[in-house]
Amino acid sequence: MTRPLTPSRDSLVTRGFPKPQISRDNAPFYEAARRGELRFQRCTACGRFRHYPRPTCPECLSRDFTWDVASGRGTVYAWTIVRGPTLPAFRDQLPYNVVDVLLDEGVHFVSQVLEVAPEEIRAGMPVEAVFVPIDDEVTLVKFRRVAGESRPPAKSA
Amino acid sequence: MHHAPAYPAHLPSIRDKAAIAGIGQTAFSKGLGLSEYEMAIEAIWNACDDAGISPREIDGLVRYDMEQTDEEMLLAALGNPLLKWFVGTSWGGGGSASVIVVAAAAIAAGMASTVLVYRSRARGKYSGYGKGMNQGGRYWEKLPESLPGLNQWHVPQGLVSAFQEMAMISMRHRIDYGTTDDQYADVAIAFRDHAIRNPNAVMRTPMTRADHHGSRMVSDPLRLFDCNIETDGAVAMIVTSTERAHHLRQPPAIVHAGAMAAGSHHIRLSNLFARAPEEDSPARVARQLWESSGLSPREVDVAFFYDFFTSLVIIALEQYGFCGLGEGGPFVEKGGLAWPDGRLVCNTNGGQLSEAFIHGFNNTVEAVRQIRGTSTSQVEGCEIAFVAGGNTDPTGAFLLRRG
Repeated sequence: MTRPLTPSRDSLVTRGFPKPQISRDNAPFYEAARRGELRFQRCTACGRFRHYPRPTCPECLSRDFTWDVASGRGTVYAWTIVRGPTLPAFRDQLPYNVVDVLLDEGVHFVSQVLEVAPEEIRAGMPVEAVFVPIDDEVTLVKFRRVAGESRPPAKSA
Repeated sequence: MHHAPAYPAHLPSIRDKAAIAGIGQTAFSKGLGLSEYEMAIEAIWNACDDAGISPREIDGLVRYDMEQTDEEMLLAALGNPLLKWFVGTSWGGGGSASVIVVAAAAIAAGMASTVLVYRSRARGKYSGYGKGMNQGGRYWEKLPESLPGLNQWHVPQGLVSAFQEMAMISMRHRIDYGTTDDQYADVAIAFRDHAIRNPNAVMRTPMTRADHHGSRMVSDPLRLFDCNIETDGAVAMIVTSTERAHHLRQPPAIVHAGAMAAGSHHIRLSNLFARAPEEDSPARVARQLWESSGLSPREVDVAFFYDFFTSLVIIALEQYGFCGLGEGGPFVEKGGLAWPDGRLVCNTNGGQLSEAFIHGFNNTVEAVRQIRGTSTSQVEGCEIAFVAGGNTDPTGAFLLRRG
């Protein structure tokens, strides 16, 4: 076996917390999150919510939209427990969950459920949004479990 | 054995116009001590020798998007061939089969006569660790701290890597259909058994069900033995017209049909989960492929799925119509994918789970060997081979047939 060449692997690994770059496309989402609101684009013509941000409704092709407040409520649609490897920024959380939440507005959002043990995560678990500031610019949208029975997992689209 | 019904002659088609005439590779290893450039040239040279042509005859190429050995590097090392047509595929593993579709299209259109496709990867545990995003080591460990792309919706939430995204997709398949750890193990063990018979394979120690279940969980529901291995190695192929291929050194592996489609991407889970399964890219590819080929999954003698994860092979079986939605798990049970008697013999090289991870190109050269009759797990009377790219990206697939 050949030994590792320079530069060493560790010297190249991303150390800091990887943050979203605020841009014209996503700024309304992050501005709302800083205020404690979950907002998505919503088609003016057909009323459907959408995520990720885009200039056009994928259903009716209208280019008119607003950024509307969503309820923040939904259920876990898919999930994983990350056990490592992961980036240094997340290592002290291992093992941690990542979930896809199907919001009541019909959009999917990748996030985490806070304060839930890995073995308790289930599809259909009802959750609601909470807002976790990372710094002055970026607030991440996370979720917490809410009281009530787990719903049957939503069907695939 | 198989007779394709006539395809309407007035429709433009790549059908049977091009063939893979030469295959070449390096050794596969967890550390070859070679650069990607060196490995690429070695594999290309071997492919040219296999076909019986000079590298100076290459006049076209299709470059895999993550490939670091570029056109000028090739010209400099291959005797300055008159390269007149060169394009790339996109979407990483999704493009791994598309390279052949695009090469065949160039031949059919007369844009080039001798098209090179190749991939060189130094990603083994002991290989060099480059600064480039796509060279050496784990790409996701080198992500910028300010994320401009769609991974801004995943990475800050702790979903930092492709294998974790695949875990989410795999988990959803279990939620929908009850896919099990045992079914994952059935895929891993079948491919490992193929690798054991293949002297080129990196992983050649037997794997038991207990070994699989005992391997470390990396991101539920995926264990270490559900994931592709990481290796050094390169693969190259020469695509030319079927007519010319008949006069070259090897029996041609004819590109009978091929298709590409966009429609899902693992770095955009919010879109992927919002779409109906029949609009996923592989399902869209499948409809075009079967329609344009005049064949059906029943007529495939051997199949090569982009086996980056065991679970995604199970999903691909459904997407390409080898079984119904939700039937992929039961399909792989009891040696369903295993040579020689499986329902559908797959990835006879050991695939990317056990032979090497050359972004699917190692599966394609094995499909050519099956058509030539030279595999170490040879399917008797093999006439039709199916090859698919990664099924969580915009992707492609093609059918090879014996000449």
